[in-house]
Amino acid sequence: MNEIRNRANKSVKRLTGSLLAGFAWAVTGVRPIWAGSAPSHRQRIYFANHASHGDFILLSSCLPRQERERTRAVAAADYWGKTPLRRLIANDLLSTVLIERQVSEGAQNPMEAMLSVLEQGDSLIIFPEGTRNIDEDQKLLPFRSGLYNLALARPDVELVPCWIENMSRVLPKGKFLPVPLLCRVVFGEPIALVQDEERHAFLKRSREALLALDPQQKRSA
Amino acid sequence: MLTDFQLLAIGLIAILTLASTVAAVLSRRAETPTATLTNLTQRINAWWVMVAVLGLALLFGKTGLVILFVLISFFSLREFVTLTATRNSDYWVLLGMFLIIIPVQYWLVWTEWYGLFVIFIPVYCFLLMPALTALNGDTENFLERIAAQQWAVMIAVYCMSHVPALLTLSIPGYEGRNVLLVAFLMITVQGSDVLQYIFGKLFGKHPVAPRVSPSKTWEGLVGGLGSATALGAALYWLTPFNPWQAALVAFLSCLMGFFGGLVASAIKRDQGVKDWGYLIGGHGGMMDRADSLVFSAPIFFHIVRYFWAA
Repeated sequence: MNEIRNRANKSVKRLTGSLLAGFAWAVTGVRPIWAGSAPSHRQRIYFANHASHGDFILLSSCLPRQERERTRAVAAADYWGKTPLRRLIANDLLSTVLIERQVSEGAQNPMEAMLSVLEQGDSLIIFPEGTRNIDEDQKLLPFRSGLYNLALARPDVELVPCWIENMSRVLPKGKFLPVPLLCRVVFGEPIALVQDEERHAFLKRSREALLALDPQQKRSA
Repeated sequence: MLTDFQLLAIGLIAILTLASTVAAVLSRRAETPTATLTNLTQRINAWWVMVAVLGLALLFGKTGLVILFVLISFFSLREFVTLTATRNSDYWVLLGMFLIIIPVQYWLVWTEWYGLFVIFIPVYCFLLMPALTALNGDTENFLERIAAQQWAVMIAVYCMSHVPALLTLSIPGYEGRNVLLVAFLMITVQGSDVLQYIFGKLFGKHPVAPRVSPSKTWEGLVGGLGSATALGAALYWLTPFNPWQAALVAFLSCLMGFFGGLVASAIKRDQGVKDWGYLIGGHGGMMDRADSLVFSAPIFFHIVRYFWAA
């Protein structure tokens, strides 16, 4: 009985994943640009800029199907856990990893939640800014320390910076219907913690590596 | 006895087969295929697909063509808006372009409501879009934003919709043959693009507007326009025109097409991109293929309407 339920659960997730990827493509014509890394079966942490709820759908639809199925996005529990419908979407349809942004008594430690997913061999999508960036004049907010902690705990997992283009225009905060605009996701060269690197220096370096991938940056330069 | 449509299909297949053969021979002869050759093969392959899609749409008549051009407008508008600077406060206007303006404009084509079809965008949308933007209260780069939005729907929706609108013209003695008029326009204008490309690659030396596009040369323009005019004259049997009328109409359409390509190049240069998008392999985006068509279609439409339609 459990076996059947598991299998049904899996195919529902697979179907939703494919449908969403198809929808993301129909609206945004999204295509990946592999600039410094290539699609691979290695376990990875993809870290990206964050402006919209559509971000992780766009990013995961750029991955090969097999990889997409074992790549889970980290999302905020205070948003995605709020209503039963959001919980259904986040947990059952998209299998995101929900974490608490405000650490409180009794809540699961966010690091533990992410590490246990890596333990199972899955890959992660994380947004180190910690929240959606809605400031039109600022490209990328400062990074929070989760990325550093993950790099420290799991040096064997590749950290791949991913610049998501245009998504803030497609689905601005608080809006429901996406505006059809072309999007690209630029996958950059993996970055690793060097010996004795301090938290602050590493976060600054990884933020700059992500910013450098923005095609707009090159265009205006 | 073959119909004109079938004759045309056979002719196009023959030309594409010839093009593919030439490209294959050239590729085999070159030891390492150059970028130009690879691009040429890609372009020809894309032509096969485009001819097949257009042919299929034409078989389904007005409905088929309207659906095809709704999609073409969608892809073009998406590429256009992506390139322009928008702000978050433009959200409703942008969404309205896709969800209201495209469907309404093509519904007007489909129902053959000419009176509203010609003014819906240039009167109603052009006044209401800036009003909506002003209501949102964000005045940052206001004029640039509304100008870019209006030009986007003008090009990608309004001008584009004149192609299927050709099917709504009633021309005495030409009943039931309007799809051939669409084929005539597409073949001469797109043919002119290809011929300008070929003449430019073979003989091109003196650019027409070097700061806009180094690849558009006087040699390519004269050779391409001249041969496309001859092509138009040779295809007069598709149209209600006699041969010299066909030549003149083809010449004007292709000249407008050249201007369309030039304007599109200037926009791309200003925005710092080479292509509008990446939808059509070897060609770039939809707008890279349609830039000449959008400039020629309204002029062609109104010439036919004024001089030939009842």
